[in-house]
Amino acid sequence: MQKQDSEAVKKALGKAGAYGEDIDIDRFEAGTRNPEAIDDIADADSSLRETMSHVGVTSEEERSGTIVFIDNGMSHCSNREQEGVEILSTRQAFEKYDWVKDYMWNAMSPEKDKYTAKTYLEESDGYFIRVKEGYKARHPVQTCMLIKRNKTLQNLHNIIIMEEGSSLEIITGCSTTHSSGDSLHVGVSEIYLQDDSNLQFSMIHSWGRETSVRPRTAATIGKGASYTNNYILLNPVGSLQSYPVSSLNGEGASCTFNTMCLAEKGSNVDTGGIAVLNASGTNAQIMSRSITKGGRMIARGRLVGNAPGAKAHLECRSLVLEDGGMTLAIPELETSVADVEMTHEAAVGKIARDQIEYLMSRGLTEDEAIGMIVRGFLAGSIEGLPQSLRKEIDEAIEKANLGS
Amino acid sequence: MLEIKNLHVRAGGREILKGIDLTIPDGHTCVLFGPNGSGKSTLLAAIMGYGSTEITEGRIVFKGQDITRMSVDERAKLGIGMMMQRPPNVTGVKLGDLVKATAGGGDCEGVLDKVDTFGMDRFMDRDVNVGFSGGELKRSELLQLTAQQPDFVLLDEPESGVDIESMALVGQKVRELLYDNSVCGVKSNVNRDVSSLVITHTGQILDYIGADTAYIMKDGTIRCSGRPADILKDIREKGYRECIECRSRIVKL
Repeated sequence: MQKQDSEAVKKALGKAGAYGEDIDIDRFEAGTRNPEAIDDIADADSSLRETMSHVGVTSEEERSGTIVFIDNGMSHCSNREQEGVEILSTRQAFEKYDWVKDYMWNAMSPEKDKYTAKTYLEESDGYFIRVKEGYKARHPVQTCMLIKRNKTLQNLHNIIIMEEGSSLEIITGCSTTHSSGDSLHVGVSEIYLQDDSNLQFSMIHSWGRETSVRPRTAATIGKGASYTNNYILLNPVGSLQSYPVSSLNGEGASCTFNTMCLAEKGSNVDTGGIAVLNASGTNAQIMSRSITKGGRMIARGRLVGNAPGAKAHLECRSLVLEDGGMTLAIPELETSVADVEMTHEAAVGKIARDQIEYLMSRGLTEDEAIGMIVRGFLAGSIEGLPQSLRKEIDEAIEKANLGS
Repeated sequence: MLEIKNLHVRAGGREILKGIDLTIPDGHTCVLFGPNGSGKSTLLAAIMGYGSTEITEGRIVFKGQDITRMSVDERAKLGIGMMMQRPPNVTGVKLGDLVKATAGGGDCEGVLDKVDTFGMDRFMDRDVNVGFSGGELKRSELLQLTAQQPDFVLLDEPESGVDIESMALVGQKVRELLYDNSVCGVKSNVNRDVSSLVITHTGQILDYIGADTAYIMKDGTIRCSGRPADILKDIREKGYRECIECRSRIVKL
């Protein structure tokens, strides 16, 4: 499994992330690799079930499969579409297939920063999802990463392989329980889309007010393949920094990043997406909608056009609901090729007063009017959001009490 | 129903309304004429309570309550509704959701089954007002107002931007809003006695509703009043200035 120069990776343990505040990893204890086993999600204890449902992980009906990690070990794995979808832990997959090693630390460098280095050196487990050639999954696969014990470092290494012509939707929910808020979550996800495959990957996060979160996601996208990455964070968090990268390596590949974030007072959020268009005729779209309510919010987006005929658009919109905190939109476009078409727009500001009053003149209270506009701003603006997530999003918006 | 006394209003940094006195009895339809920039829309905005207007003097009494300092939604709940001439785009909010929320608060859920009669059934999943044509804007406003069922309706140029063919539908829906209570279904209040204040330049809307009194506004005050048909005829024949001068003489005599 270790193919990189481990000395160099060990050195990277001291390397802070390129963005976001530095987190002292040693402050946390390694999460257990042997958590309680859950046979059926419906039989899990009620607080766990509630935690999972807040991040879109619900009953196993209408799901191709479900895989749950608690702290650093697998707790549940079920699969209803074994004919086309394979769901294992990364460790099981590594032992089962000789070729899995070629997909480990290939899209992502372990030396990227201390979080990837730690995950590499500890040979962390995680989920492995593979969709076989030409197979189109009927239902989504759901994955869940929970931190149960407080002051825990959860570091997981996930691998998704979409074989040629396959198609799947994944809903992944990550959360802490009420008592494990002061923890660090690191999830390294390497995603491979082979030619003409299609993956819709939706990640919903719900953390505690003290939780530190450092997801590390990299996707490589083959010819004619299409990748959608939805990211949703509507609850308070301590410090979250995430900047997933998609490399569009095959002709005609496409990717979309949709980000929906809220930074309440005390939350420090730094998110976005990078699309690297390496092949001709590729296209990318990065859409971010964020709301700052007294917290710190950085919305990044970066498009890199490396091949002729690449087309991409980047949009960062932020609503600022109250004074204080900080909102920063950073859209970046980079190219060394003449024949590319890349555009961006960014907007930061409050909700227009005339819109609020217009809804109030129909009898809605000011809070109801603001809530309706904010809900529309977040949800309505992002196309292709799975219907299955709408309820969770509505509930989270309701809970965030954005009208007041 | 509505009583306005010595109303002075500032908007856009200057005084627009300079002492308006106006009384509108229950069930009366009043028409407001006046040249561009005379303050007609500011008067409607001030009655609705929009933040773009600031009342510096005078008061507005509605159904016996002083609403001069009331918030927009409190006025709406008391029964005031407004059709704006140019309503704002509300990106992300679906027309259907707004109509539902409005109808839910105003006991007119029956309107949801009659969306097609407004020609708006294809628009329920569209963002409110975004990319709507002139006629679509008016029909959308009328659908929302019908859901709201106000007792006092402010209409700011209901015919502007509407083509001749669509005008019949707009006119019919305004008429239903003012005189027909059956649209809401079983919950409707049969004894509703709706009053309205209508701004019009062309008088076209008067082909569809029966107006009781007309007023001419100029430079932030109401200059004269009379029978709507007479006033409209005078304005058409003599223009605002001469009409006002002539009518003021009549009043003085």
